[in-house]
Amino acid sequence: MIEIDHLTKVFSAGTPNECVALSDVTFTIEDGDIFGIIGMSGAGKSTLLRCLSLLETPTSGRIMQDGVDISTLKGKNLIEAHRKTGVVFQGYNLLMQKTVAENVAFPLRLAGKKKAETAPRVAQLLDLVGLADKADNYPAQLSGGQMQRVAIARALASDPKVLLCDEPTSALDSLTTSQMLDLLVDINRKLGITIVIITHALNVVRRICNKVAVIDAARYAEGGLTRDVFATPRTDVTRRLLSQADGGAEPKEEEQA
Amino acid sequence: MMEFFALRGALLWEGTLETLFMTAAATALAYLLGVPMGVLLILTKKGGIWEHERFNAVFGWLVNTLRSIPFLILMVFIMPFTRVLVGTGIGPVAATVPLVISASPFVARMVEQSLAEVNSGVVEAARVMGATNWQIVTRVLLVESVPSLLRGLSISTITILGYTAITGTLGAGGLGNLAMRFGYQRYEKDVMYATVVILILLVCLIQAVFNLAARRSDKRNRC
Repeated sequence: MIEIDHLTKVFSAGTPNECVALSDVTFTIEDGDIFGIIGMSGAGKSTLLRCLSLLETPTSGRIMQDGVDISTLKGKNLIEAHRKTGVVFQGYNLLMQKTVAENVAFPLRLAGKKKAETAPRVAQLLDLVGLADKADNYPAQLSGGQMQRVAIARALASDPKVLLCDEPTSALDSLTTSQMLDLLVDINRKLGITIVIITHALNVVRRICNKVAVIDAARYAEGGLTRDVFATPRTDVTRRLLSQADGGAEPKEEEQA
Repeated sequence: MMEFFALRGALLWEGTLETLFMTAAATALAYLLGVPMGVLLILTKKGGIWEHERFNAVFGWLVNTLRSIPFLILMVFIMPFTRVLVGTGIGPVAATVPLVISASPFVARMVEQSLAEVNSGVVEAARVMGATNWQIVTRVLLVESVPSLLRGLSISTITILGYTAITGTLGAGGLGNLAMRFGYQRYEKDVMYATVVILILLVCLIQAVFNLAARRSDKRNRC
């Protein structure tokens, strides 16, 4: 369980460039959720993900994971916490000079495992993401969708409890997006990993997320079970996201709001 | 032609070997110092993984200062230091000392440049996988930038080769020394022409070898 508790992040505090990226955001992600965090561009959702992946330290507030405030960890504890959370980046961020198998093995190698020890795990992960035949290829030889799969396999290598995905489908075509989402659902069911997806694409949330949080202008607008939030949106931003996703025409069940 | 090589061939061969020795030794030692310097520059800069702006400013200033001293002046200036370090002020070994001191800050900037090209997202990815700073340097930065480092190495080697010719004017041996002693002081223009041709060939060869190595090492090429 991840409790985001009054999370605030201010960049360049006290200067003329001060920018409030997150303001008093509070919500909870339960174990086993596929949790969507949705919002317009610039709403603060990427900052939220960077805080969750411990790349940014919150200005105030806490991020409690299983009762521990992970946002203040340092040194060894921080590295340990990093290993418990897998992150899939929008731009894949693969090591371009290493093979697919070496990329997937990378987190294990960082943790001090020998190459031979990592081989069975790497084979298993590549099988899971459907890239067993690409083990010895280099990332430059893969398509965007395949690179994303490598990134997912790599993020799962150290058996994380949570998988954070930053716009995992924004660079992919609709068919590849669809396959990617099926893969994420598969991972959630088979491995019991909590998945958090940051996205501006409402269809992604509607399709696979059981819960959703809507972020708007650095604040938590609303959230809850996906079907409830989208059936009876309580805020303008949600209605706007809904109407955009449906090409301007809202389907009937959502008009009741 | 045959007559010329019979007369001066051995001298030119010896000069070429001395030049190659000085270039190779100075390049190797300059990288030994320059790589850690370049790594420090990139780590401590603003937004770096070991951000320390004051150190970066002072260290960057030191690097720039060393780079801005003309090589000929540096060579004479540190002569006493060279004598203490290697016991003599002349010859190829003595020439290596100012070559290394002059080339390391240059190499540091070349390395910094190569490391800066590494996608910062990849560094963040390594960090969220639990990489220590040391692992980020040794397993991400220095590995991902190998093709660029090799291209930088060819530029550094050729620059150092050029500097070895200057050391020749102060009696350090090598092709520069031959060109000076025979070509300039004894009016044997043929020797000067020969040294220039050899230097051109060396530069072409170094460039070709490193270009090939850089291309071969780069896995971003699709095949």
